[in-house]
Amino acid sequence: MSLINQNPSHMEIPYAVKPRPDTGLYNAKVGIWLFLASEVMLFGALFCSYILMRVNAPEGTWPHHWLNIWMGMTNTIVLIFSSVTVVLSWASLKMGQFKRYKFYQSITILCALAFLGIKSFEYHDKFIHYQVNLKDGRIFDGHLQSAASTTNQFVFKGRFIDKPEELYNPPLEHAEEPPITIAKSDIKIDPTTKQPMMENYGPWHNTYLAIYFTMTGLHALHVIAGCIVIFAIWGPLAKVWEQDPERYVNRVEVSGLFWHFVDLVWIFLFPVLYLL
Amino acid sequence: MQPTLHADTHAQASHHEEPGFWQKYIFSTDHKVIGIQYGITGLMFLFLGLCLMSVMRWQMANPGTGVPLVGPLLYHLLGESAVSKTGVISPDLYNAFGAMHGTIMVFLAIVPLAFGAFGNFVTPLQIGAPDMTFPRVNMVSYQFYFMGGILMLASFFIPGGAAKSGWTSYSPLATIADMNLRPNGQTFWIIGMVCLINSSLLGAVNFITTIIQLRAKGLSWMRLPFFCWAQFVTAFLLLLAFPPLEAAAVLQLMDNLLRTSFFLPTGLVVSGKLLHISGGGSPLLWQHLFWFLAHPEVYVLILPGMGIVTEVIANNTRKPIWGYRSMVYSILAIGFLSFIVWAHHMYLTGMGVRIATFFQTTTMVISIPSVVILTALFISLWGGSIRINTPMLFALGFLPMFGIGGLTGLPLGFNASDIHLHDTYYVIAHFHYIVAPGTIFALFAGIYYWYPKATGRMLSEYWGKVHFALSFVFMNLVFMPMFIQGMAGMSRRMYDGGATYASNGDVVGLSPYIIGLNTSVSHAVWALGLAQIPFIINFFWSLNWGKKVTSDNPWEATTLEWQTPTPPPHGNFDKEIEVVRGPYEYSVPGKSRDFTPQNEPDQPEPIPHGNPVRS
Repeated sequence: MSLINQNPSHMEIPYAVKPRPDTGLYNAKVGIWLFLASEVMLFGALFCSYILMRVNAPEGTWPHHWLNIWMGMTNTIVLIFSSVTVVLSWASLKMGQFKRYKFYQSITILCALAFLGIKSFEYHDKFIHYQVNLKDGRIFDGHLQSAASTTNQFVFKGRFIDKPEELYNPPLEHAEEPPITIAKSDIKIDPTTKQPMMENYGPWHNTYLAIYFTMTGLHALHVIAGCIVIFAIWGPLAKVWEQDPERYVNRVEVSGLFWHFVDLVWIFLFPVLYLL
Repeated sequence: MQPTLHADTHAQASHHEEPGFWQKYIFSTDHKVIGIQYGITGLMFLFLGLCLMSVMRWQMANPGTGVPLVGPLLYHLLGESAVSKTGVISPDLYNAFGAMHGTIMVFLAIVPLAFGAFGNFVTPLQIGAPDMTFPRVNMVSYQFYFMGGILMLASFFIPGGAAKSGWTSYSPLATIADMNLRPNGQTFWIIGMVCLINSSLLGAVNFITTIIQLRAKGLSWMRLPFFCWAQFVTAFLLLLAFPPLEAAAVLQLMDNLLRTSFFLPTGLVVSGKLLHISGGGSPLLWQHLFWFLAHPEVYVLILPGMGIVTEVIANNTRKPIWGYRSMVYSILAIGFLSFIVWAHHMYLTGMGVRIATFFQTTTMVISIPSVVILTALFISLWGGSIRINTPMLFALGFLPMFGIGGLTGLPLGFNASDIHLHDTYYVIAHFHYIVAPGTIFALFAGIYYWYPKATGRMLSEYWGKVHFALSFVFMNLVFMPMFIQGMAGMSRRMYDGGATYASNGDVVGLSPYIIGLNTSVSHAVWALGLAQIPFIINFFWSLNWGKKVTSDNPWEATTLEWQTPTPPPHGNFDKEIEVVRGPYEYSVPGKSRDFTPQNEPDQPEPIPHGNPVRS
């Protein structure tokens, strides 16, 4: 705003706040719907890529149950709950209850932060999860206990895999695993790179993880962006409520529409990446 | 450039101070300034693209010899790995120039000029709006574009040089190029593209919202000038087609930086060595995502051009556009169909007969609305008392040039003939006929046409005509021989201009005549470059010394942009605008003048007994 207001030859853009009679919409609402259409195409392209990757994967090599369903479930509930609070906060504002809006929207922001917290925990869990190929031909799969590991030997919690297929389809439930120590000298050396064959479950590990990190990463960026916008309207820009309440309500509505979209993407991501 | 008329009238209207230089010209939120920013940056990139090609054409015409004048300069700029001391450009640099010529011309020159510059400057004026709906978003959109341009330019000077895998950046080629260097030119290309895509997306949202929300009172959809329809459809193409390329760019960036394998198949061998990657990716996926953007992108390149030409033709034939409604429906049809033709770029990927037939059919169908528009424009000329001025010359040049470009596309749309023509110079000739003598001529028409509105001065007609005549001749001398080369089977992207495949003794190959055409084409390219000098001088000279316009409507046009003061002040209109008629009311019988502006009230006529000017 400041830039335009300082401009001496200031002019009003029509329908910036009030809806245009023949379209029934104010400018920002048209804008956000168009923007969301382009977002649909962005995530749509990624979902199409996911389908193509999965269909192209050789029989039995597409992983299942690599992600913790309960964490995904919790995150889904957190986001759906935040969608409810976004609507409630907008409705409160529409009725002129500013304090109530503040309260609901702060829950939205907390939900967003909770989501990001759980997501980063899941990311961390993948980055310390290793697949190790041993010289004796066995494959080990487990989480690195970094505190106990040294340069010459690694301590993992995990298990030896009998058949490689088992890597792609691990059992949903298994008993608490005891720490296992693997000496670096026991790890097989990759003939092409001359490096020990010990790789964590990062995006480079296989196409499933690649698309998982890309889609959830891009989604997380959207969560962060939405969170920043909602917070900015909630905090630093709250004085607009006194100067121009209608404009303020519009802003809350538009940011809410974006937030719903972000939630909706996750509602697709969850079954696609965690359950199927 | 200093808006004199504006300063006079405006100083009286408001007693505010003028904003400072930075706020007025660099961080402006005024759609006209942003349009001019786009225009000047775009024209510079257009010239840079031509320069890159001029260097490449030397290498093609005289393989392995040093480039005169420019060669030593490039040697000092880019180092010995790219250019030898005698000025011979390396194959890598040739590839980089080729890739960057395409990228710069498409994403940094034509789209910003056609959509960013003309769209920004003209659309709000033509719909009677004070500005775009989101002026600051508009500014950010230009800044994203500028940032993307800087990244692309910077990539020439990093180790390994700029991206060198063609403007299409097919994986795995693009991913394994300069693999030992990360970040490399391709990384810059991807991040630059993401900036350009964001710029286009913000622009598209802004344009569509502006056209939907800010049309002046009475400006119903069927009273919208065709130029605005063209921008409207173009904005939708950008809005919906660019995100998949953004997704593809993100995936390729992951491949490039995080060693993922989205586009890298299992068992990929590079220089005889198995690549250490997880594999399982699909090179075809890149092509699908890329062409899902890039075919609508072709229409992004041409539709604004059609819009400009329509305005100029209506104005200079002094009669309404023939079949305005069919043109509007056609452009909407083009917009829709352009999303379902992309795989005609991929016939040779082994997609199967059924799918190829589908895309062949849609490709033939999309040519119908294009022909409708072109035909309507041709018929519009019929019976008009045509004013031959520079904008009109360029617009008239556009029609047959676009016709040639369009018709030569049909053999590429058929599976069977595409097998022979795919990836030859025929393809290059085809799309350059559409974009170079097509869109670029339309852009020149637009520049000559709207320059008086932007600056208050006319461009020189004489030098404009010289510019047109020379450009017209040399454009054809550049691109026409390429059809012949292509039909003879000469491939694109060859460092030695096809000399490897020349006939040699008993070996049948390209004939000396076909190879020899490289030389004449190169001469024509350089001449075409020289032919732009009159334009460049004219453009800058006329800013200060051009003939001053005597009225706000020097072309006696009907559309709303001519109802503003010249140049238009911030906020555009100094009166209430109410539109009462369609966009092209020229030579209306019974009127005293041969044009009736869209906002002119129906009655009373100023001269009741005036004779009709034209019968």
